[in-house]
Amino acid sequence: MTTEQIYAKLLPIIQAYLPTDVDPDSVNPDKDLTNELNINSAHLVDVVLDVEDQFDIEFANEDMENLRTVNDAIEIIRKKTTS
Amino acid sequence: MDSKNNLIDLLPYGPEFRFVDLIHSVSESEIVGEFTFRKSLSFYQHHFLQNPVTPGVILVECMAQIGLVCLGIYLTQQNTETRGNIALSNANIDFLHPVLLGEKVTVRAAKVYFRFGKLKCNVSMENETGLRVCAGTLEGVAIPNKTKIHTSKI
Repeated sequence: MTTEQIYAKLLPIIQAYLPTDVDPDSVNPDKDLTNELNINSAHLVDVVLDVEDQFDIEFANEDMENLRTVNDAIEIIRKKTTS
Repeated sequence: MDSKNNLIDLLPYGPEFRFVDLIHSVSESEIVGEFTFRKSLSFYQHHFLQNPVTPGVILVECMAQIGLVCLGIYLTQQNTETRGNIALSNANIDFLHPVLLGEKVTVRAAKVYFRFGKLKCNVSMENETGLRVCAGTLEGVAIPNKTKIHTSKI
């Protein structure tokens, strides 16, 4: 799966958990999920669980620790779907 | 390993805000507990005037103390960092029947998942006749013991 294909499937998952004061169109690959997009730690878990279902992969604790930006998520997904 | 009885001793509430009397059973996947809404509880004087009914938020609190916090203590007992500290992060509850003063209720909670420190449960509350009075889902996150809940970003 290409980075673009991953991002296309990831974007609606992230947008579903944005607080109402964050514009869904403001999401881009460089954004920090918690500090810039204001996704709280509880909803970050929701994002990860939806990603696991959507891509049929499993996140480990260390993946969660490395997850800061949308790009981090894309990279983790890319590694897990190509291995 | 904590027994079902000393889970209550580990709760972080004072006596006027503890809505758990007894844990009937607890496992990795579910918990059952009970509470009696004593006539002496102070909110009955005010909710409502001359018509005491248990507030819905207190029913949520009762389900959260049993279904999220007691179960959360049980599930995190090996982890001294987060043990016992579960902050409520989401509640989606239907209220089906009123709970009047003096009623004993039974709360059942079934774990949907506990991952990355977040516990999600399906919860329900029944009265003594077996009538389901409220039900839904509750979610909470485990936070480090040293964190003061009112200052932490959850």
